[in-house]
Amino acid sequence: MSSNKKYWKSVEELNENSSIVETLKQNEFVSEIPTEEFLGNKKSLESSSTTRRDFLKYVGFSTAAASLAACEGPVVKSIPYVVQPEEIIPGVANYYATTIANGFDFASILIKTREGRPIKIENNTLAKTQGSANARVNASVLDLYDNMRVKSAMKDGAPITWETFDAETNVALSSIKNSGKDIVLLTQTFASPSTSKLIAEFQSKYGNVRHVVYDAVSESAALDAFEAKYGTRGLATYDFEKAMTIVSVGADFLGDWQGGGFDAGYAKGRVPKNGRMSRHIQFESNMSLTGANADKRVPVTPSQQKQVLARLYSLITGGSAATDLPENIDQAVQKAASALKKAGSNGVLATGINDVNAQTLALAINSALSSKAFDPSTPILTRQGSNKAVSQLVTDMLAGKVGGIIMSGVNPLYTLPNALDFAEGLKKTELSIAFSQKADESALAAQYIAAAPHYLESWGDVELKKGHFSLMQPTIRPLFDTRQFQQALLLWNGSDMSFREYIKTNWDGGILGGNSFNKALQDGVYVPGFMGASPGSASTQTNEISGTDLKDENDSTVVGVGISDEDQATNETANGMSIGTIGSAARDLVSSAKAEGMELSLYTKVGMGDGQQANNPWLQEFPDPITRTSWDNYVTVSRADAEKLGFEHSNDATGGLNGNYAELTVNGITVKNIPVIIQPGQAKGSLGLSFGYGRTAGLKDEMKTGVNAYPLYQDFNTTQNVSIKKEAGIHEFACVQLQNTLMGRGDIIKDTTLEIFNTRERQYWNPMAMVSLNHEETPVTSPKVDLWDEFDRSMGHHFNLAIDLNACTGCGACVIACHAENNVPVVGKEEIRRSRDMHWLRIDRYYSSEDTFTEDVTKKEDTKGLSIIDAYDEMEHAADNPQVAFQPVMCQHCNHAPCETVCPVAATVHGRQGQNQMVYNRCVGTRYCGNNCPYKVRRFNWFLYNKNDEFDYHMNDDLGRMVLNPDVTVRSRGVMEKCSMCIQMTQKTILDAKRDGRVIEDGEFHTACSAACSSGAIKFGDINDEESVVAKLKEDDRMYHLLEHVGTKPNVQYHVKVRNTTEA
Amino acid sequence: MIQVIYRKLASKFLNLGLIILLTFSTSLYAQDGDPEKGKSLYNTNCAACHQLDRKMTGPALRNVASRLQEEQGLGRDWLYKWIRNSSGLIKSGDDYANQIYEEYNGVAMTAYPQFSDSDIDDILAYTAQPKEEKTADVDGEVATTGTTEGGGTSNRLILGALALLFALLAISLVLVRKTLNRFADAKGLTVEAAEKKKGFPIWKAFVQNQFLVLVSVIILLLTSAYFVYGFFMQIGIDQGYEPIQPIHYSHRIHAGENAIDCKYCHSSARVSKHSGIPSLNVCMNCHKSIYQVAEETQQMGIEEYGVDYNAEIQKLYKAVGWDEEDQSYTGETQPVKWIRIHNLPDFAYFNHSQHVAVGGIQCQECHGPVQEMEIMYQYSPLTMGWCINCHRETEVKTEGNEYYTKIHEELSKKYGVDKLTVAQMGGLECGKCHY
Repeated sequence: MSSNKKYWKSVEELNENSSIVETLKQNEFVSEIPTEEFLGNKKSLESSSTTRRDFLKYVGFSTAAASLAACEGPVVKSIPYVVQPEEIIPGVANYYATTIANGFDFASILIKTREGRPIKIENNTLAKTQGSANARVNASVLDLYDNMRVKSAMKDGAPITWETFDAETNVALSSIKNSGKDIVLLTQTFASPSTSKLIAEFQSKYGNVRHVVYDAVSESAALDAFEAKYGTRGLATYDFEKAMTIVSVGADFLGDWQGGGFDAGYAKGRVPKNGRMSRHIQFESNMSLTGANADKRVPVTPSQQKQVLARLYSLITGGSAATDLPENIDQAVQKAASALKKAGSNGVLATGINDVNAQTLALAINSALSSKAFDPSTPILTRQGSNKAVSQLVTDMLAGKVGGIIMSGVNPLYTLPNALDFAEGLKKTELSIAFSQKADESALAAQYIAAAPHYLESWGDVELKKGHFSLMQPTIRPLFDTRQFQQALLLWNGSDMSFREYIKTNWDGGILGGNSFNKALQDGVYVPGFMGASPGSASTQTNEISGTDLKDENDSTVVGVGISDEDQATNETANGMSIGTIGSAARDLVSSAKAEGMELSLYTKVGMGDGQQANNPWLQEFPDPITRTSWDNYVTVSRADAEKLGFEHSNDATGGLNGNYAELTVNGITVKNIPVIIQPGQAKGSLGLSFGYGRTAGLKDEMKTGVNAYPLYQDFNTTQNVSIKKEAGIHEFACVQLQNTLMGRGDIIKDTTLEIFNTRERQYWNPMAMVSLNHEETPVTSPKVDLWDEFDRSMGHHFNLAIDLNACTGCGACVIACHAENNVPVVGKEEIRRSRDMHWLRIDRYYSSEDTFTEDVTKKEDTKGLSIIDAYDEMEHAADNPQVAFQPVMCQHCNHAPCETVCPVAATVHGRQGQNQMVYNRCVGTRYCGNNCPYKVRRFNWFLYNKNDEFDYHMNDDLGRMVLNPDVTVRSRGVMEKCSMCIQMTQKTILDAKRDGRVIEDGEFHTACSAACSSGAIKFGDINDEESVVAKLKEDDRMYHLLEHVGTKPNVQYHVKVRNTTEA
Repeated sequence: MIQVIYRKLASKFLNLGLIILLTFSTSLYAQDGDPEKGKSLYNTNCAACHQLDRKMTGPALRNVASRLQEEQGLGRDWLYKWIRNSSGLIKSGDDYANQIYEEYNGVAMTAYPQFSDSDIDDILAYTAQPKEEKTADVDGEVATTGTTEGGGTSNRLILGALALLFALLAISLVLVRKTLNRFADAKGLTVEAAEKKKGFPIWKAFVQNQFLVLVSVIILLLTSAYFVYGFFMQIGIDQGYEPIQPIHYSHRIHAGENAIDCKYCHSSARVSKHSGIPSLNVCMNCHKSIYQVAEETQQMGIEEYGVDYNAEIQKLYKAVGWDEEDQSYTGETQPVKWIRIHNLPDFAYFNHSQHVAVGGIQCQECHGPVQEMEIMYQYSPLTMGWCINCHRETEVKTEGNEYYTKIHEELSKKYGVDKLTVAQMGGLECGKCHY
């Protein structure tokens, strides 16, 4: 009987039309190897000056010389301080609390410094607001050591001294003042009380000063809506922990929606407690991190989102809206509405639709629900930009009304959709100064580049939320001859104060209410009411401050936001807005929901944000949590549209993912050569494209990746009607995950529903793998079926890492934290494509191929006979709207580790504390361990990644190497490496306890990933301490080990993902 | 160590005579005092801030009483008041007191109310001694150098004579041979013929004996293998590495003679992985007042080690930017580029505090007799075998350390011992030092 199985040597063979396969049938190599040509030419061989003998001589000599040279040790110099600062002890880390406020990311953080060098960002646990650092914030420490930074003040491309700068700019400023033209301060959102005051002083000195706040990715619509309703230019605070029903219409609130930072609260509500957890329904077009975490995700196009929101509003408040949503979506909306209504104050709605009406409706719905999770009384102040003011500025510049422009923290020539107009306008100004860390697009076009310090070299204060203050302090002396914007303002104002003194005076004068400045600086955060301040007095003071701020904002010449008079008029009516006007907002929203052709949603990636950190190799190499692709942005299309438009994916022989190119046109503006990724879950008729890529100046060639999406960001609207056209050429993606589905292997990610979790016994939804022993089913964890003798691990510490798949949002902060802590090298796009990525910790993302993972498993189990082959074929493809699961995978530190038994040189061995140890100096690089590891977590150094020009990332220059952690070896070529469970951190904790002569308490042990995880998904501790959190988690019903049936007995626990699928 | 002045007995007597002479000659206005007693009082109380002939924290004190009398017209009573309570005198508005106070940057002198008049007289008597003449010492020096040079010349003479002798012998032998040959020629004898008769050369015999060749080849190979192995095994091991440092710092003097605790300078050894090379401000804690070494030490340095210690102290002052004249820092510093002696490879993690603070190990166990080292060198091989051996043998200091209570109880039961070695605690695990 002939089998119809097809054997193949490479994927290429499966392609019947491949010419390569045809050629290879006859020949060994695709193209002729030119041996004959080379060896046949006797003449040239003989005339060659290097004979074979000479060659051998040279080889012999150089080998001998090299080995002789190696015998001599290098002379190492040690240079101590002349006067050692008291707080610095070489070898001991210092921590400073500070704040990042780069206009896009705002967070109170802790900086770990070693010998005066900041080397790592950690969460500030004292911070009540924004105390968690995302992936970008974690990576921001590397920006400090960026070799491309501007090292001194520049004029027309040549370095100048600050004295010259001062002299020239002072003259220019006063001449502009006298000419009566405008001086414009175009800045990022500072949210800084002291900076606002300083700008006000600058305005009063020069008179005709306009302050325009510009957010590259604008939240103007939400700000306008909030301002209209509540009178403050801010954004409502959402605490998703308090919500039991979360409905989101296009809001990626686990990403960068309204400034981000909502994931920690969200994750807490997602862990089933007493049989309850929140239910999350998401309506969106792109597959976002938030949609991937939702219990129910409904793919809808951007224009449908508007209708969905209007419909939701009408269903909840009892109005009516004429929507024409398809039946299935309308049903989903009705269910969502009834769920929200049922939840009442336990429900919350969030929307990311870039439309004032939509944002107004969201606020109205939340107030109608009187949602506990929705708090308009302490607005978030980290977005202040106004679209109108920015557009007005460009118009004024073109009209020649602007005499001088001073930019800080912005890069309009890259981020503005009408960048060319801005460039034109810039030429018409008499003075243009860009405070910038890089010679970026805008800085290069300005007359002066005022080299700005990194935030780790600066002073500052930030009011993250109303009444929630945070201080920024330098953690290192400025590396270059830089000056911060505020300091320059002070000098222009004619003050000789330092900005630190200015902040201190300002804080002592109001914010602190008599509390110690130094204490606030030490904590990094200050919220009146804490720190023993009498809450009453302090809060009135802050009210006063924000009161003045607000007044400033409404003052038409000044202001944060430059609202013109006519806007104020609308504001007034908005303030007195009745239900009727909101109803009209709903109608307007529906009528604006018009789609022509394809609809494009622009978004920001978790890794790259608005693009200001584009020269950060950690972030470039950070795989997007959804597409798992690094070093790129791309347009995402649904499978149906891809088939229609002729886009496809293929894999080359090394496994690398290939795709097509497309060009997108919005209102006559075309962006070409955008790679296309077919994205499961993408709403049909919609496309997605991320900001942040395609930078051209101020970064290394290696980092000039992707395409710039800002030209398509017209009218600062993230959704655009667009036409798409296929282009020629094949794009090579650097995708780290090539297998996207679980193929029904339910034991990798165990996944169940809340109903089953609550009603059935553990064995049903978290089954233990069984093996047959004497025809009796025995659990694989039983010692009776074990191949190995068990070590006695009851003494001392036994570390366990617990990962809760319910709490993990896939944000990837842990990935970057691991990079920073463990000196993980960056390998570049080409190497990633060859699957040679070095991430010790990866976050696998799986799609279901049926509608849910459970159905995958059922399908696999129910398919019998040969049809399983076809079934598997189908299961390789993700569903059109798949369920998504994230799974952080690092070395599982198996108690019975397969890698250890195969190492010929015992370079990987087991420790008593449960850590599988990797000894780099013993490793000879056979890679047996990597092959024998069932989890594929071992990483091999194919090359030397430091001091190697082929890998010109941070480890190739002295500056970039300053970020390295001195406690962790920098690995060399030919060595295997992997997660060490941060043994340097556990050892340090142990040593500290030994020195103090005390017992270690639970919570003291940490790994980089567990410390970085603000959502509480990764917990670390000692299971020999029965009271510890991880010891209890180990006994939890949801606990399982990855590939339990292999019998590796890992020390990493996973906790079954529970989805709340209960329809209200 | 200038405040501890050693002197030769002879010169002491000489000086004493002189002092007696002087005290008698100046007895018109100077009260009596015992300079010997004064000296000990001076050394314990005053020397930290005053020198006799040199401005330090306080003014130079040689002949202070007579100078005051002559220049300011202030008598002993003023000095009594000043010494017992200088700040009181300043407050009382005394002109000269305030002038001095201003001159020395507003640093008031410590009050010594416990001094009696006679104590002060003793001290003043000591300060009134004339500057020590060094003629005797210089003579001594010349004498010693003379002898050493004499030794040198005699040796050289003997060697020269011997060489000459051998040369003469050689020449005479050649001459003898020449004459003999001439005789032989004259008699018609051929010397070569006799030589040819000699049988088989020994090397040929050796080559023909194959067994012998085999054995010697094996021996040769084994010995060379031994040496090659030995050579390769010492690569990267710098035991005895003794580089010349930019400033000649003598551990022998500091840790040995002066018995300064190692951790006074290497303080971070207690809390950090690095023992730390002390920053220069630590040196200045003492060297602010110790600007030169004692005569004997200086001489010994020159003779035995070829080092001018005082010049080395000057190097320190230059590096740290210390102006001796003004007794102040200039702010012009030059960090010292020490050559690191103990180098561990990047892949080995070593923590001093673990060993010093937790383990209570003496520095000397690894660093050897540092207190005897004039120039610091690497005492231990710093190889992994050396670390491991110690971990096998050393017992962990668990008493009184709460961290160890539980694990000690459990492990000692397991191993059936009371004292646990580092190895039993897990100190041989690779990952404890390699990560």
